[in-house]
Amino acid sequence: MAITRADVEKVSLLARLQLSETEIETLTVELGKIVAYVDQLSEVDTDGVAPMAHAVEVSNVFASDEVKTSLPREQALANAPSHNPRGYLVPPVLGG
Amino acid sequence: MSVVEHSASELLELLARGDASSVEITQAYLDRIATDDKQIGAFLHVDPDAALKQAADVDRRRKAGKQIGKLAGLPVAVKDVLCDSDTLTTCASQMLKSFRAPYNSTVVAKLKAADAVLIGRTNMDEFAMGGSTENSSFQLTRNPWDRDRVPGGSSGGAAACVAAGMAPLSVGTDTGGSIRQPAGLCGVVGMKPTYGRVSRFGLVAFASSLDQVGPLSRSTKDAALLLETLAGHDPQDATSLDTEVPRYTASIDQPLEGLRLGIVREHFAEGLDKEVEAAVREAIKVYESLGATVKEISLPHSKYAVATYYVIAPSEASSNLARYDGVHYGHRTDRAALLEELAAERKQLEAAGDQAALDALDSSLVRMYRKSRSEGFGSEVKRRIMLGAYALSAGYYDAYYLKALKVRRLIRQDFDAAFEEVDLIAGPVTAQPAFKIGEMADDPLAMYLVDLYTVSANLAGLPGISIPCGFSKSGLPIGLQLQARPLAEETLFRGARMFEQATDWHQRRPGADSRAKKH
Amino acid sequence: MSQTYTTIIGLEVHVQLATDSKLFCGCSTQFGAEPNTQTCPVCIGMPGSLPVMNREAYDLSLKTAVAVNCEIPEFTKWDRKQYFYPDLPKGYQISQYDLPMSANGYLEIHDEKDRFEPKRVRITRAHLEEDAGKSVHDEQAGTADSEIDLNRTGTPLLEIVSEPDMRSSAEARAYLSELKLLLTYLGVSDCNMQEGSLRVDANVNLHLDTDEGKVATPIVEIKNMNSFRAVERALDYEAQRQFRVWQETGKKIGDSPKQTRGWDDAAGITRGQRSKEESSDYRYFPDPDLVPIIVTSEQIQEVKDALGELPADFRNRLIREFGLSSYDTDVLVNQGREVVDYFLEVAEHCDDAKAACNWVTQEVLRALKERESIISEFAISATNLAGLIQAIVEGKLPKTRAKDAFELMMVDGIDVASTVDRLGIEQVDESALESLCQELLDANPKIVADVQSGKPQAVGALIGQAKKRNPNVDPGRVREICLKLAQQE
Ligand SMILES: [Mg+2]
Ligand SMILES: [Zn+2]
Repeated sequence: MAITRADVEKVSLLARLQLSETEIETLTVELGKIVAYVDQLSEVDTDGVAPMAHAVEVSNVFASDEVKTSLPREQALANAPSHNPRGYLVPPVLGG
Repeated sequence: MSVVEHSASELLELLARGDASSVEITQAYLDRIATDDKQIGAFLHVDPDAALKQAADVDRRRKAGKQIGKLAGLPVAVKDVLCDSDTLTTCASQMLKSFRAPYNSTVVAKLKAADAVLIGRTNMDEFAMGGSTENSSFQLTRNPWDRDRVPGGSSGGAAACVAAGMAPLSVGTDTGGSIRQPAGLCGVVGMKPTYGRVSRFGLVAFASSLDQVGPLSRSTKDAALLLETLAGHDPQDATSLDTEVPRYTASIDQPLEGLRLGIVREHFAEGLDKEVEAAVREAIKVYESLGATVKEISLPHSKYAVATYYVIAPSEASSNLARYDGVHYGHRTDRAALLEELAAERKQLEAAGDQAALDALDSSLVRMYRKSRSEGFGSEVKRRIMLGAYALSAGYYDAYYLKALKVRRLIRQDFDAAFEEVDLIAGPVTAQPAFKIGEMADDPLAMYLVDLYTVSANLAGLPGISIPCGFSKSGLPIGLQLQARPLAEETLFRGARMFEQATDWHQRRPGADSRAKKH
Repeated sequence: MSQTYTTIIGLEVHVQLATDSKLFCGCSTQFGAEPNTQTCPVCIGMPGSLPVMNREAYDLSLKTAVAVNCEIPEFTKWDRKQYFYPDLPKGYQISQYDLPMSANGYLEIHDEKDRFEPKRVRITRAHLEEDAGKSVHDEQAGTADSEIDLNRTGTPLLEIVSEPDMRSSAEARAYLSELKLLLTYLGVSDCNMQEGSLRVDANVNLHLDTDEGKVATPIVEIKNMNSFRAVERALDYEAQRQFRVWQETGKKIGDSPKQTRGWDDAAGITRGQRSKEESSDYRYFPDPDLVPIIVTSEQIQEVKDALGELPADFRNRLIREFGLSSYDTDVLVNQGREVVDYFLEVAEHCDDAKAACNWVTQEVLRALKERESIISEFAISATNLAGLIQAIVEGKLPKTRAKDAFELMMVDGIDVASTVDRLGIEQVDESALESLCQELLDANPKIVADVQSGKPQAVGALIGQAKKRNPNVDPGRVREICLKLAQQE
């Protein structure tokens, strides 16, 4: 499946990246090559093969329902690019 | 002999006998870093005062007869991708250039508990994406054997600092070969344990189902020593394996009796450098001379490993890196410039009367995300995020992501079948020795193919080790890769140690002339 | 133009599970804490942090799924639902996509006022997921920043999705009430809508009979309904609105994309909401940090066996064992598990279950309502109330004094014997009662004459006088004795 410029633009919004005109052009070509290479997977017969999402077959791992100490608020907010004493600040979530 | 020429195990003996103090040893490495790292660029961050303070503390406790840890007083370098609350964790990315984790990764906590001296944070490809450390957004790292060449990656700093005698031990991470490949290119030992053997808690994720922490060192024994400290079950990592950690150092000197060594037919296909092939074939002869039976095996799906990897790894990465949005931590774009840019675009579209484009114009929040991420990430990271988001997007999921997960199982099944017949699989780490800096910069796909021999172990979750097995005519190290069945680290170490004891490749150091070479 | 339509309603309910800690970390789920004081690297989604599944959250969800008759597949896993929003710190929500922990269940609903026939609402699926945080918008200035609070982030939610099986707002409300009742009986959630422990989204459209055959209007999802009453009102409003729009535009399902509308409770209308940009491509994929859960049929059976009696079981039992009316049964059961347990204990300790039911459904519930209290804090214990009823049955407490006794017991929390003492209630013996009646008759010859001339009701005037002389007399006995003595004269 060939990658088009429109695909690259669409995916850049999905992935929240802002690409320059040249980046869009180069990525259309580069991703196109990589996807063409990856397309060889289609020749593998995978009928009846279960997908393998994990490298180990482990299941049922749980933690007990115990309250542990949370981070002090100053520490939680310390890395935030913008915050007030109560919380993280971002441009208006609605409108704008 | 200078302190920095010793192996970690030898240094521990010196310390135990009182023949050297941790302060002396640490100072010796700091001195080497001070003189050589300007050229090599292995470290992103070194805090000599903090390191010497840790060393002095261990010396004091040792003197007072207090309980001390397994690596007490030994300098260890840590890849800048493992959270340490005492320092920044940048992942060699502008995005995290001032990020300070409020917690320790399990690996760092274990090193601290073992009283290791954390001597510095090593350079890497940004977010561990790359095979040359050229993708670091802060600095280049040069191969200590030839400073015009890359050290490999993504754990390039981790391998280079050991090769250049700037740390006896270092901790790296391996998602598609990121420990084994730089170890091979720098002529040191690098080991990727079984997936789940070492906790990933506090390891900044690249591709969660493939990432694994492991040791780099000058000898297999040192690697075993470090893995003993790092490995073990961690209730904070649901994918960590709840099985006991054997004492690898206790058994490592026992050669494997009746070793069945597998050679993969597909490994010796077109593209393999003649000198690399010769060195690997020579290494196999060494095993034969040690009594091993060599058997040719086939891993029929191994040729799809890179394609499989470059669907799964970017898909997971695109998701793992969604958290870097400039809201809760990390880089955020300048607000005034952002609003100005949007206003200008709006004005332009209004003038043109382009209503459709106006409706589609980003909100200030969406634009904040897009600009922050585009400024914070380098081009390789963006490329992989794009690739992953594409592979997971509506309409492509089945053809790419789901298909790759199925081929992944076939790759694993090939190994399961192979390990019915052999105990270890031997082969090259990379098709070529270290390449020149900038040589592959314009061809991402060629760069991805560098991982050809290493990605399978990550996909299948197997342990693998890279050990020095020769040099090219131009003096570049060549690595031998050994792979074992899941949780067979002990077999892997013993098998690697057999070779090491029969050869002296691992004792070679980048010469003084290469150290002095000007740049 | 009169045209009939059928309203088609499906509900998506998000229920907060009653765990102490969050779904994937140890932070508290307590409501009402100061912003950003209940977070840690895991729920902030800090680099390197990893989730580990809370066992209790899974157990509670399994219990619920079994109770709503769902099939529980042997294998379930975790998926990432990806979208960018400031209250979602990882850039994805851990949820369940193609292999949810349960599917294909149902809930039986009925209406005590018989506005609709009892029916079975099918449940498509119930799955576990983590909650997001909260954005606080600056209302007045559109330019001010939003403040993000991540305390809620990672709180365990069970999302229960129904089939579009409801046909009126009354049915929707009955479904929600029955679901809430069931969840509170199971103890899996406190279902407090004010605190966001139970949230409802509704999908609604109309099916119309037209000359061209059956036609459906576009589906609308309604959000922001903060009470069951709001759900009812919003659905009624939306059905009428859609019918009006249909008459005006003739737009059918498929002519326009699914719309999201928010309910404005004060204005009593739904308003169109700006859809989140291109949010439809969530790029779900299995979360590599979490491992699957495998559950055996034996484990599911154990959960079934341990469920205990659910509302429907109680309704059957109360009718069968105690002969209560279905109306009374509903009143009791719908009050919740504690009230039913209270009733059962009262009934067990006295000989009149119907009286027990009346006392509980009338006096006790009235008293609780007046005091804005709950049964667990009620001053009269079940055994004490049983004592009061039994005292009446055994004639130790005149019915007329019963309310006084109840009031006193409620204030002082004492048992019936002490109450009888305190009120000075004592059994009036037969001869004393007779002589009292004789005295009254002697003093009222006119009444005696009236009785004798065939007006027995005249004796009523004496009852009040008798009570004044001795508050413990049984009015019925006074009437009987007075009549008998008057006739004898
Ligand atoms: Mg949901
Ligand atoms: Zn938390």
